[in-house]
Amino acid sequence: MIPPKFDYHAPGTVDEAIGLLQKNAGDAKVLAGGQSLLPLMKLRLAEPKMLIDISRIAKLSYIQEDPELLRVGAATKINDLNDSQVIRSRYPMLADAGAHIADPLVRNMGTVGGNVCHGDPGNDLPACMLAIGARYVVRGPKGDRTIAAKEFYRDTFVTALDPAEILTEVQIPKAQNGDGGAYMKMERKVGDFAIAAVAVHLRLDSKGTVTSAGIALTNVGPTVLMAGKAASSLVGHKPTDADFLAAGKLAAEAAQPASDMRGPAEFKKGIVQTLTRRALHLAWGRAGGKS
Amino acid sequence: MASTAIPRLTAGAPMGGPTRMVHITVNDVPFAIEVQDRTLLVHFLRDTLGMTGTHIGCDTTHCGACTVLLDDRPVKSCTVLAVQADGRKVRTVEGLESGGKLHPVQEGFTAEHGLQCGFCTPGMMMTSVALLAKNPNPTEDEIRHAISGNLCRCTGYMNIVKAIQHAAKASGGAK
Amino acid sequence: MTTTIHGGIGQSLARKEDARFIRGKGNYVDDIQLPGMLFLDFTRSPYAHAKITAIHPEKALKIPGVLAVITGKDLDAAKLAWMPTLMSDTQMVLPIDTVKFQGQEVVGIVADSRYSAADGAAAVEIDYEPLPVVTDPVKALLPDAPLVRPDKTKKSNHIWHWETGDKAGTDAALAKSDVVVHQDLYLPRLNVSSMETCGCVAQFDTMGRLTVWMTTQAPHAIRTVFALVAGLPEQNIRIISPDLGGGFGGKVPVYPGYVVAVVAALKTGHAVKWVEDRMDNLMSSSFARDYHISADIGATKDGKLTGLRVKTVADHGYADAAANPSKFPAGLFHIITGSYPFDKAFVEVDGVYTNKPPGGIAYRCSFRVTEAAFTIERLVDGIAHKLGMDPAEFRLKNFIPPESFPYKSALGWTYDSGNYAGALNLAMKMIDYPALRKEQVEKRKRGELMGIGISSFTEIVGAGPSAQFDILGIKMFEGCEIRIHPTGKVMARFGTKSQGQGHETTYSQILAEELGIPAENIAIEEGDTDTAPYGLGTYASRSTPTAGAAAVIAARKIREKAQKIAAHLLEVSPDDLEWKDYKFQVKGVPEKSKTMADVAFAAYTNPAPGTEAGLEAVDYYDPPNMTYPFGSYVCVVDIDKGTGQVNIRRFVAVDDCGTIINPMIVEGQIHGGLNMGLAPALYEQITYDENGNMRGNSFLDYLVPTAVESPHWETGKTTTPSPHHPIGAKGVGESPTVGAPAAIVNAVVDALSPLGVTNIDIPIYPWKVWQILHDKGQN
Repeated sequence: MIPPKFDYHAPGTVDEAIGLLQKNAGDAKVLAGGQSLLPLMKLRLAEPKMLIDISRIAKLSYIQEDPELLRVGAATKINDLNDSQVIRSRYPMLADAGAHIADPLVRNMGTVGGNVCHGDPGNDLPACMLAIGARYVVRGPKGDRTIAAKEFYRDTFVTALDPAEILTEVQIPKAQNGDGGAYMKMERKVGDFAIAAVAVHLRLDSKGTVTSAGIALTNVGPTVLMAGKAASSLVGHKPTDADFLAAGKLAAEAAQPASDMRGPAEFKKGIVQTLTRRALHLAWGRAGGKS
Repeated sequence: MASTAIPRLTAGAPMGGPTRMVHITVNDVPFAIEVQDRTLLVHFLRDTLGMTGTHIGCDTTHCGACTVLLDDRPVKSCTVLAVQADGRKVRTVEGLESGGKLHPVQEGFTAEHGLQCGFCTPGMMMTSVALLAKNPNPTEDEIRHAISGNLCRCTGYMNIVKAIQHAAKASGGAK
Repeated sequence: MTTTIHGGIGQSLARKEDARFIRGKGNYVDDIQLPGMLFLDFTRSPYAHAKITAIHPEKALKIPGVLAVITGKDLDAAKLAWMPTLMSDTQMVLPIDTVKFQGQEVVGIVADSRYSAADGAAAVEIDYEPLPVVTDPVKALLPDAPLVRPDKTKKSNHIWHWETGDKAGTDAALAKSDVVVHQDLYLPRLNVSSMETCGCVAQFDTMGRLTVWMTTQAPHAIRTVFALVAGLPEQNIRIISPDLGGGFGGKVPVYPGYVVAVVAALKTGHAVKWVEDRMDNLMSSSFARDYHISADIGATKDGKLTGLRVKTVADHGYADAAANPSKFPAGLFHIITGSYPFDKAFVEVDGVYTNKPPGGIAYRCSFRVTEAAFTIERLVDGIAHKLGMDPAEFRLKNFIPPESFPYKSALGWTYDSGNYAGALNLAMKMIDYPALRKEQVEKRKRGELMGIGISSFTEIVGAGPSAQFDILGIKMFEGCEIRIHPTGKVMARFGTKSQGQGHETTYSQILAEELGIPAENIAIEEGDTDTAPYGLGTYASRSTPTAGAAAVIAARKIREKAQKIAAHLLEVSPDDLEWKDYKFQVKGVPEKSKTMADVAFAAYTNPAPGTEAGLEAVDYYDPPNMTYPFGSYVCVVDIDKGTGQVNIRRFVAVDDCGTIINPMIVEGQIHGGLNMGLAPALYEQITYDENGNMRGNSFLDYLVPTAVESPHWETGKTTTPSPHHPIGAKGVGESPTVGAPAAIVNAVVDALSPLGVTNIDIPIYPWKVWQILHDKGQN
């Protein structure tokens, strides 16, 4: 399998990359790790005339926690996310997800930015970003703007990113005491997209009451989905297993899966229910919740 | 049979499409070679440099037969462009043996019968080398996860796990 | 203390072939680079059945580097558009006017690089008129079904009917049985997915002599087929099978790509390389299985088996391109009575055409033995369950007893040796079967799902005796040629071809044992038809039973001559010598002796009067019978009720393959075979929609298990030598693939049996289990 011909550019700055995108509107694609784009090109399902490699732009790969936010540069490799002590100890939901993206080798090329802005409902990080309330910093010809993750995903492979914009940073609210998250994915085998996966994020007050919750679902609809009712059902409670089970049922109702080779729709809803309940238990424990 | 006259053939890089010069250090040897922009790293290694130890098994980033180390990290070279490797260093199976001495991973694979047809072996060994550099004493579970991007159709993975444990032991748990 | 020799039989000698593989110095087909070499790629059909109304190659020919296109019409002019299959059916090389399956090769593009060839393949435009499609073999047999092969005289999709056994007697036995269990089983279509796909490099030299480096498990057979099909003089064809990246049966057939590459080489005067990509391989290389089985098994109420009746529809795609021995269109499926002494049995199989790729190959099994073992081991479990008997106890009660061997089965096979209870008892001990059953009782009380599954299979390998076994008339013997050089070093050549089995190591071990020469001094060569003796190749676990035996017999021929030379050197009569401790000794005077190396030197420098110079021998071995390896596997599974996921907690495999040459290699073969038994049980299958579109044509959806999905296999062994093989060996590569699926499925069914479940179709995907649990209100 051989990709069709294209022109390759490796700009040194984001602005240069945006200039190229503007000049070659419709014909150019941004190449970060290439782990989604290159296979599509080898299958000749995508035939961009130009690739703009942003992986050589310095300052797009970082993980830093400041007083307000966790900032992750768009070109950060998935495995750098997984290896980060900050992520593992304070944002375990992201490490859960990172450990299940494709396979260990793909994660050495694949990037956080690529995973969140490809727009495939099977990408794993978007659900985390929705659950945790992330915002995306994008830069275009008119400068920077930020978009809430929950506003970003419009349809399959359609996002709020304009054609001449590039995602530069993912911003996640800084973890606090009482925060806990988890990502659970069921896949046919390693390297597969999810049959279904669930990201949950809980914030508890000092008494163990849920003060906010986010639940989002991977690969059970045209885009990543929020399970808003499921999340809000937990707020204000000191939840028990029965609450988690009820939230799982609400999450399953929010799912809009299609029957395909990964299984019938009804089954996928069942998996959403099971994984939501289990992920809530895990997140609850991580948040310091006691039953 | 529809055909054109057979032109004189040119050696080297495939024809057609934009090209550029890349500087890639392969197994410590620097190369500066003109490639098509679309040349895949695996074809650069196999067809341009003639280093055929790195194999192609699936074309869709699932099997890992093409695994090489790119700046010391294992990647699937069928899904990396040669131009993406420009200015970087690549290590392949041909670069494991040093000064006539096999790498402990190579020793482990033969001592524990970690290969049969040998086709996945170069990629599997490159992943193993990177694993042991990062985690000198992996558990069986850690090994199985680390090699889960590399398919083997012959061994059932049992002896590959043992081969990596063998290499870990031989390296004294360090590097 | 017995004397041993370095690398003799029974030693876990490290593999010789590893030296090149671990250095990346293997030589696979795609590694071959020749000066001026061109590349061949194909434009393939998007339709499963369509008329080709026009082919427009113009855009492709304008692409820089594209040199020629080859169509079915071009081939037809040379009478090469069609070729015979190994089953005496016909298949297209390239279509003249109609395509028969999605992914079929339609136009060959020859270019100066693989990149230009790929561009050319994408640029060829073909006009099609879609035709009605049939993908279900049962529907294909209906009178109004679209006709897949109108080129045939018989205007039906039915290819052949084959049956064996006593139909009336079996019907009567089942009618009289206290209990009869009926079970429909489907073994889905599989692809062997060797890590290396298929390919070749074809080159004509200036004298018109053709060399093809080819991914083939059977180079000699291919040479003869090429000679017959293309009309080339056989001495002008050289097939070289270099290192193969796995074969598993998928590299036995002749594929269109090989033929078109040869035509392209002839046409262009350049060497031409063709290598499939994975999608090509999954869409068009030979499939395996695809058997729709309907079976009845009977027993008395005290648990004695009475009769077995099996009816099968075999989906062959658009051509029967299986690679079975010619007399057996359904392979050795009639080993289906397995490890049990049925008085009456009857089997019938109907081959059917559909709009799918051709094939029906023996994927890591000795021609439909996997289908047979799966069926009998599922049915035996089914009837044990119906009788309320423990499946282990039921098997032990019914096994053919060790003293009955040689045993003649109801379907006509003569089993050479076996001790089935021995293997099952060991497996049960290794896994602590009683403790597991106890644990299961406790778990069931708590509503947890745990299952234990057994499979006690019998294989039939080593095809085969010439009276019954041939391929297109060529008897299935196997050749070995040994030359001992003056310095006592050995070169031995074989007609088989290793694909990872380690022949270079095991053959040298057999010869070390027989010749008294250390294995390190013995070189083994296979795969080059110019140098190797004729043989039918490596598949169906036949290399050790046939070529291994040829090695022993050829070595013994050498010993016979060597004894005369040794006698000459020791100035005694040959009768005064005995072969002992790997040398010729004067009887009763062990200090007077000559080694094989001494003899070899003399054979060239001081030959005995009346003997020819040199020390060489050839043997073509015609086995007197098949060998019958067997084993018992026990599998324990836990099922996650929330997801339907099956977790294999433990899997113990006890195999008996007779005499073991290299225990390390045998264990490796078992591990790998077990994974190939796991795969169809839980992961792999190829399916098509009603329009004949293949669902999932890459490794994204063809689910080859990784190290994470694969269990930690536990192995054990018993040793029951084959009485007719010169060293008692039987062949082992395929047993685990044959035996494992039923153990896994039996375990899952056992786990679900409290819910009334008696069968679940493979592959057992979580959704299937979840659906059952959901329907029963369990989740």
